Amino acid sequence: MNTYAKKALRTLITGLALSTALLTTNSAMAREYQFDIKGAHAFIQFQIKHLGFSWLSGRFNKFDGTFNWDAANPNASSVNVEIDVASLDSMHAERDKHLRGEDYLNVDKYPQATFTSTSYTDQGDGKGLLKGNLNLRGVTKEIAIDVEFIGAGKSPWGAGLHAGFRGTVALKLEDFGMRSMGPGAEHVYMTLDVEGISK
Amino acid sequence: MIKNSEHSYGLVAKLMHWLMALAVIGLFALGLYMVELDYYDRLYRTLPHIHKSIGILLFAVLIGRLLWRRFNPQPKPQGSPAERRIAHWVHMALYLLMVAIMVSGYLISTADGRAIEVFNWFEVPATLADIDGQEDIAGDIHEWLAWTLIALVALHALAALKHHFIDKDNTLKRMTFFKGE
Ligand code: HEM
Ligand code: HEM
Repeated sequence: MNTYAKKALRTLITGLALSTALLTTNSAMAREYQFDIKGAHAFIQFQIKHLGFSWLSGRFNKFDGTFNWDAANPNASSVNVEIDVASLDSMHAERDKHLRGEDYLNVDKYPQATFTSTSYTDQGDGKGLLKGNLNLRGVTKEIAIDVEFIGAGKSPWGAGLHAGFRGTVALKLEDFGMRSMGPGAEHVYMTLDVEGISK
Repeated sequence: MIKNSEHSYGLVAKLMHWLMALAVIGLFALGLYMVELDYYDRLYRTLPHIHKSIGILLFAVLIGRLLWRRFNPQPKPQGSPAERRIAHWVHMALYLLMVAIMVSGYLISTADGRAIEVFNWFEVPATLADIDGQEDIAGDIHEWLAWTLIALVALHALAALKHHFIDKDNTLKRMTFFKGE
């Protein structure tokens, strides 16, 4: 072969190799993502009406979880979350203590809450419905979380793909054996904002 | 008879003893009652406010009491040597428990850095705050110490009654306002 042909062949081979490499990273494979707890790019927040007058917000500071996600096959997605219930924080120590007590979360007896998804239904437009079992305060109940896809891609700093979602769900306090907080405050509204990094 | 003598407690010591006894037993009952209140109860906010306010004021009285004790003669304890030794340690334990309960109560309410309002009169600022689980740990300690104190007080009161009715000495009388000694 002359040098010209050699050069052309080499270009072709590197081109092929490159494009396969690109294809594999771009092709939406199912991956497992770990919640970015280290970077605190994950939040579990709750809101409940105070006496029906205003919104009270709080969050759980300690939790962890993983999710499986494949943009090409969203219905195969699944999520697992574990929450350290005692890490509740509503910015008021006496109230937090009360909420951790027997009338509400009873954290001495039920220190952990878990969510395990059972199905995901893509509704198009980045939206979907995530069904699963929530175990909270010793009660396991199927709940349906509204999910919104926020964004995904590589971060500017390192390996691993990032993907982020928001999930929202309203829970009735009495369903989980908690005292109602009074008229207009029977439900607590949970928001899970999570960014996962692929393993 | 304002100060103590070798034989009897003086007026100041008596007043402080009975004032504190009343307040401590009252705070114990109030504490147990108030934590059971429903959120919508009219007293849900008032009773804890009173509990904390009286508790803080009591701390000031206790400091005064200990100082007063330091600069006064102590009436001679009565009973067998063993009884006198036990009485001494029980009294020390009562003081210590009162201090510890007040401190732990303070640490519950100030765990998030908030000050404690004393009867809308003055505020006691937070010092130690934001320790992981502070309000829960301090709360458990507070509750346990309160029960321990009340148990010891029961023993203490029974001992006083024993002095009075069985030993027939003037131990109880010299702590009361009735003419005894
Ligand atoms: C919360 C309740 C109470 C507390 C915290 C308490 C605490 C104390 C303390 C610390 C002393 C030692 C005083 C000293 O430094 O010399 C004392 C003495 C005494 N207390 Fe109490 N007390 C309580 C209730 C009562 C009751 C209900 C009685 C009687 C039925 C009683 C009878 C006496 C008597 C007679 C003395 C004098 C003992 C002596 O002379 O050696 N106390 N108390
Ligand atoms: C001798 C003095 C005191 C006694 C005997 C006492 C006793 C008690 C008792 C029995 C409880 C109920 C515990 C439970 O069942 O959970 C309680 C709760 C409480 N006490 Fe005290 N207390 C005293 C002083 C104080 C002080 C000085 C403070 C604060 C400045 C305080 C703050 C509190 C608070 C915030 C609670 C509520 C804890 C909760 O929300 O569960 N206490 N106290």
